[in-house]
Amino acid sequence: MTKETEIAKEKKRWEAETLSGQSYKKNVKAMLTGVDLDVDVLYTPADIKDTDYLEDIGFPGEFPFTRGVYPSMYRGRLWTMRQYSGFDTPEESNARYKYLLAQGNTGLSVAFDLPSQMGYDSDNEDIEEEVGKVGVAISTLKDMEILFDGINLGEITTSFTINGIASIILAMYVAVADERGIPREKIGGTIQNDILKEYAARGTYLYPPKPSLRLVADAIEYCMNDVPKFNPISISGGHYRSGGASMVQEASFTMLNGMTYIESIIARGIDVDKFAPRLSYLLVNHCNIFEEVARYRAVRRIWAHVMRDRFNAKDPRSMMFRVYSAGCGDVLTYAEPENNIVRLTLMTLAGILGGSQAYFTPGYDEAYALPTEETALLGLRTQQIIAYESGVPNTVDPLGGSYYIEWLTDKIEDEILKYMKHLEERGNMVELVEQGYIQSEMARIAFEKTKKKMSGEEVVVGVNKFQASEKKEQIQLHQTDPEVIKKRIESVKQVKKERDNDKVAHCLKDLKKAAEGTENMMPYILETVKAYGSVEEIVTTLKEVFGEFKEPLI
Amino acid sequence: MKKAIRVVIARLGMDAHWRGSVVVARAIRDAGMEVIYLGNQMPEAIVETAIQEDVNVIGLSTLSGNHLELAPEVVRLLREKGIRDILVILGGTIPPDDIPKLKAAGIAEVFGTGSSLEKIVRFVSGSD
Repeated sequence: MTKETEIAKEKKRWEAETLSGQSYKKNVKAMLTGVDLDVDVLYTPADIKDTDYLEDIGFPGEFPFTRGVYPSMYRGRLWTMRQYSGFDTPEESNARYKYLLAQGNTGLSVAFDLPSQMGYDSDNEDIEEEVGKVGVAISTLKDMEILFDGINLGEITTSFTINGIASIILAMYVAVADERGIPREKIGGTIQNDILKEYAARGTYLYPPKPSLRLVADAIEYCMNDVPKFNPISISGGHYRSGGASMVQEASFTMLNGMTYIESIIARGIDVDKFAPRLSYLLVNHCNIFEEVARYRAVRRIWAHVMRDRFNAKDPRSMMFRVYSAGCGDVLTYAEPENNIVRLTLMTLAGILGGSQAYFTPGYDEAYALPTEETALLGLRTQQIIAYESGVPNTVDPLGGSYYIEWLTDKIEDEILKYMKHLEERGNMVELVEQGYIQSEMARIAFEKTKKKMSGEEVVVGVNKFQASEKKEQIQLHQTDPEVIKKRIESVKQVKKERDNDKVAHCLKDLKKAAEGTENMMPYILETVKAYGSVEEIVTTLKEVFGEFKEPLI
Repeated sequence: MKKAIRVVIARLGMDAHWRGSVVVARAIRDAGMEVIYLGNQMPEAIVETAIQEDVNVIGLSTLSGNHLELAPEVVRLLREKGIRDILVILGGTIPPDDIPKLKAAGIAEVFGTGSSLEKIVRFVSGSD
């Protein structure tokens, strides 16, 4: 009899003799997977008897990267504390960035307002009421110069949550570096540039999927040659999850989207190892530490296999699922908002124990408004306390080897693989988005989850269980000053008056020609932004060539 | 037979957060009412559809902070056309201090983050 069989037998005996008399919850399910998965009261080596340590778990920094993408993980370098922020105008956001950097933030993460994300300039009267609301407004290079005023682009890295206009923002960042004489190979950062998830989960797409994919690939190819330290895409699952998708869906959509992008670059005749090392990913997590940690580990393992076996990658860096993670705003409640501080601590801990490369802890006031300076700082402090006071970074993958975690890693891996296969049998991600299938799959889970919360089957402390008696929440909220926005609109008009308008028109004409052909559009976009051509002018030009996309009914 | 209550649901302005609106639309439909789901629209288009479709209720959703400008605009456009019997309700990320302002502007009810589906359905069906 093997040791594991003996343990399994002993466990049966323990259940019959010792456990059976006890009263305990019999049917406990995994909370976040979105599939029916029973969680046992106890795990033993018998539950992971088929796991081969060397093959399935291995060592950090080596295939299949289950324990982490880097050999010494946080002992070598702590994760990047990257607080997502941006609001009102470039001037106001610049001040917030400097504040966060002074407090120990180690990277910047820029949030844009909706008009900028949708390709409108701040001086467009139709969108006036949205200017500066959910992020910073960027219309021309002038705004980017102000946004990074006094911040050394050669020293910090910046992540831009930008998709439809990602190539324009990348061009502006490069243009600012050029102006300041910082060599392009020195600047680092990330543009989200993940257009596929926009159609199903986030909504800031501008053109139909096919030309959008071309723009994404253009930016990836451009970075590969000109801005080698820049991550030209962050393939993002977090937005699916925040939109209601389960953990398994989030992982599956992310990896399938990643595969779609990789195929489109390979189709250009580019070797996978030339660009895959610069691909990065974004996931969010909830409070269930064990399920989340197992999920991060499972995703790393699956991705390593996909890259090696499907795409024949040889460079181990191509196989690394490097992830920027964040606490999921969706978990935060409106009732008793201080409870969210605790939830965010658990979420941050889950992300770090899961081996994230960068983390964003949202403000606890997220269910009310954008974070204030104080709540943004508290998010950063949460990470610093975990980094310096908890001992969590002292050893790599500290939960690895737990019978439960290893069992759960295997289970979640199986479920993700099963769901990916189901999706691939139905079509590619572009087709699934056009049919509205991804959208309806998310809506299905979101609806089930909402019903569970409403019925109390899923407990939310302070909301559907343990509510305090009626109490008005006292919370200081972020306010936008309308005068600031008015001035902002004027300044965009001013830039458009003062620039060389003939030159802009000329640049836009060249860009249009490139868009009609097959050339890489990035150099033309760069020339246009350097001439202070605006976001809306570039987008309008490209829409003339590419057309627009209409949302399918779900 | 009594005519089913008709509801148009729209995401206000550019805000693309669709989860709340879709979940509420499903709950209302499951309760036997008819739902027209619009996606992102500006006030003019929402009011136009509401009139064409002869709805009883307009449900607006926004999480982007445009509610103080755009939601009252929907009510204003309805009143301008002499329409007073279409109920306008709003859901999303709405700071508590804004709720009295919205109600003063003619929004019948505001359902913030975490509102109960049951309560929304009861309100829309007129039994609350």
